[in-house]
Amino acid sequence: MSFYFVQFVTGLASASSLFLVASGLSIIFGVTRVVNFAHGAFYMLGAYIGYTLIDRLGAGVGFWPAIGLSAFAVAAIGTLIEMLLLRRIYDAPELFQLLATFAVALVVEDLALLIWGPSDLLGPRAPGFKGAIDLLGQPFPTYDLLLIALAPLVLALIWLIFRRTTWGVLVRAATQDREMVAALGVNQKWLFTSVFALGVFLAGLGGALELPRQAANHTMDLQVITEALVVVVIGGLGSVPGTFLAAIIVSELNAFGILVFPKISIVLVFLVMAIVLIVRPWGLLGRAEAAARTASGAIISRWRPFGAPGRIAAALAVAFAALLPIAAGNYFVGVATEVLIFMLYAASLHFLLAGGGLASFGHAAYFGLGSYGAAIALKSFGLGMETAIVAGIVLGLVGALVFGWFCVRLSGVYFAMLTLAFAQIAWSIAYQWTDVTGGDNGIIGVWPSAWAASPARFYWLTLALSAGSIALLRAITFSPFGYALRALRDSTLRAETIGIERRRVQWMGFVIAGGFAALAGALYAFLKGSVFPDNISISLSIDGLVMVLLGGVGTVSGGVVGAAIYRSLSIWVISHTDYSRLVLGALIIVLVVMFPKGLVGAFEAWRSARTGARLQGQSP
Amino acid sequence: MSAAKLSVAELRAAYGQAQVLFDVSLEIAAGEAVALLGRNGAGKSTTFRAILGLIARRSGRIVFDGEDVSRLPAYEIARRGLGYVPEDRRIFSDLTVEENLQVGRQPPRSNAPTWTLERLFAIFPNLRELRGRAGARISGGEQQMLTIARTLMGNPSLLLLDEPSEGLAPRIVEQMIEAIREMKREGLSLFVSEQNLAFARLVAERVYVIEKGKIRFAGTMSEFDARPDVRDAYLAF
Ligand SMILES: Nc1ncnc2c1ncn2[C@@H]1O[C@H](COP(=O)(O)OP(=O)(O)OP(=O)(O)O)[C@@H](O)[C@H]1O
Ligand SMILES: [Mg+2]
Repeated sequence: MSFYFVQFVTGLASASSLFLVASGLSIIFGVTRVVNFAHGAFYMLGAYIGYTLIDRLGAGVGFWPAIGLSAFAVAAIGTLIEMLLLRRIYDAPELFQLLATFAVALVVEDLALLIWGPSDLLGPRAPGFKGAIDLLGQPFPTYDLLLIALAPLVLALIWLIFRRTTWGVLVRAATQDREMVAALGVNQKWLFTSVFALGVFLAGLGGALELPRQAANHTMDLQVITEALVVVVIGGLGSVPGTFLAAIIVSELNAFGILVFPKISIVLVFLVMAIVLIVRPWGLLGRAEAAARTASGAIISRWRPFGAPGRIAAALAVAFAALLPIAAGNYFVGVATEVLIFMLYAASLHFLLAGGGLASFGHAAYFGLGSYGAAIALKSFGLGMETAIVAGIVLGLVGALVFGWFCVRLSGVYFAMLTLAFAQIAWSIAYQWTDVTGGDNGIIGVWPSAWAASPARFYWLTLALSAGSIALLRAITFSPFGYALRALRDSTLRAETIGIERRRVQWMGFVIAGGFAALAGALYAFLKGSVFPDNISISLSIDGLVMVLLGGVGTVSGGVVGAAIYRSLSIWVISHTDYSRLVLGALIIVLVVMFPKGLVGAFEAWRSARTGARLQGQSP
Repeated sequence: MSAAKLSVAELRAAYGQAQVLFDVSLEIAAGEAVALLGRNGAGKSTTFRAILGLIARRSGRIVFDGEDVSRLPAYEIARRGLGYVPEDRRIFSDLTVEENLQVGRQPPRSNAPTWTLERLFAIFPNLRELRGRAGARISGGEQQMLTIARTLMGNPSLLLLDEPSEGLAPRIVEQMIEAIREMKREGLSLFVSEQNLAFARLVAERVYVIEKGKIRFAGTMSEFDARPDVRDAYLAF
């Protein structure tokens, strides 16, 4: 009994530090609508900077001031990033900021590696809180007690700031209606900057306070960002008390889940998030998202099917691509095959995200299901490659049917988070169900049939399937179904009043996107000859978003171009430097700042400016 | 007309690809009250929003108090004393009435009347008792008063009022007219959009008529009354 009690109290201590990080994330989202993917990186920086400051200044200024200084240092870095980077892109399509913060996280990861080296750094104990007390016969660290007391204190402080200061009132007003606040003469720039600074401060504080509990290490950021996102979503985006409640729930789930399912306790958390979102679509204490006022001018040019020149250009590009194996060696052909597969994967996500306005954060689920479906059909059922690919698609479709049914009940960020939760659940099944999936060891020996075995032939097969699928996706985009999907994206209300059934249409869109992603996954399995849980990882889902956003969400199929560029770049960068994240992150930041409409979007804007689609002086 | 308070020249604005305003030009003199009349969808709200810089795609010249503000962000324009009251009220529903007013607060201005909570409660007595109530939990008429009071907290020298009488009970409309007259007495310049001709007559001396994004008529209220053809062509009452 006492063991469980101590486990419970330990859970509370973890909840405290999780709350610090998650509340910052929630506050930032509430006002700026930015899902700050770099939040985990700031948390990690808090720990590393804390380590250094305590090491250098601890003897002079003392432990606690050093902790406080670290949080301020992290906040200063965050402020700089907000002013130099985010400010430029608040007007860009939603989610674009996600791309930018994702890039920041990449850069910070490698910088931390460069500055502090690869090994874990164990910080000192907190003075006065080094020992343990007796808790029902079990020893319990006094530092954890301190943390437990800290969380409600911070909660109360945040509450006071938001309720009792003019700044807090302005921030709450801006959370609700940014435009109106501006119309009343409030400079949102500084409001956003200060909110971002506060949020990042909390992350840095959380990281620094973690030092006496665990060593600063390079996996802290990813670990905490996923948990913090889950907490924020369960609690209700923008609700700090909700975040508090959710932090406790999640931490206790972890504390006890680890006793029951040691390997996959994190999945338990995602499962709970999925259930919460299905029962309460806006989180425990959150409120319905105000219908987002669509940013006017986000769509650069009207979507049109290719005319004759476009078709000829596309056909030429495919024909030209088909010639590649004649000129290039096997390695290069393999790389090109991979790029093609990711072009298809990105096109499927682009269809859902740009066409349907549905931002899936878990698109890798269907890619992975395609991989596993194909691999299992081949290895366990002894089917041929052709049938196995079909089996992969079928598994992806089934997954999308089931998961999609739940997801389309939500919208916006909540939709994104539910897709992420399902992807994590799929990942954990792949990871855990060792008998079928091989768990961590994956499934190996997934090779193509003899007729497609040479790199060149597999390349041609992939080219045919990818090009055909992308063409099909475009055709669907311009079919009546595609119009219905876009009508829902642009104005759900208006579309519904003219008789478009939102859920059914979006569900179908989800399934179509899932099916094409599964095809990409199946091809990938045969390209690599193996399948691992990585094929469903969060980072693959994020990669998909990066490719689509880089291409431009305002375009019909910019994702294809984004994928070609991003995948080639990342393959090239990884083979040429140990600090690939630093280089890639920096590149993305530059692209984001230079082309806030995406690469294809920027091209289209440039072209439409040239053809003189300016504001006309006469009526139409 | 000496010293134009606001002068707008060749204002164009578009939502995405759809152009809505075509070369709108108009002028408001200091201390004047002017009405912008037009049917549903004529472009009244778009004119206001474009003047304040709330529409991304716009061009033209907007001069306020002798300064070209056409390139300034909305908050900078508002800070120069251009108050805007939106048609859909846009109360901060999570905030209390008093907090709503707090958001609008700006320092006093030499060329404009200065409003305090007390003076605003004198014009809008209902708000006094409701000061602690959440914005979501007051009636539509009270919200309309709150949204005007909130903008007045910024001590504007020109007020853009978008259809203040829309959807209000007659008793509230009367109160509104009284409030607007009080603002005029204080020397506030007014630019009011309306579909309600009777209301416009009671508050404005001059009229612009807009239809399909173009100004179709400009003149004094009596000139407008002398042109029933304008009224019949561009306004449906
Ligand atoms: N956010 C928007 N996106 C696209 N078109 C819009 C948008 N807002 C208004 N419009 C269009 O612009 C035109 C002018 O609208 P506006 O709201 O300015 O008219 P209004 O005169 O204020 O009408 P009302 O009396 O109904 O308020 C209309 O045709 C309308 O459909
Ligand atoms: Mg209007």
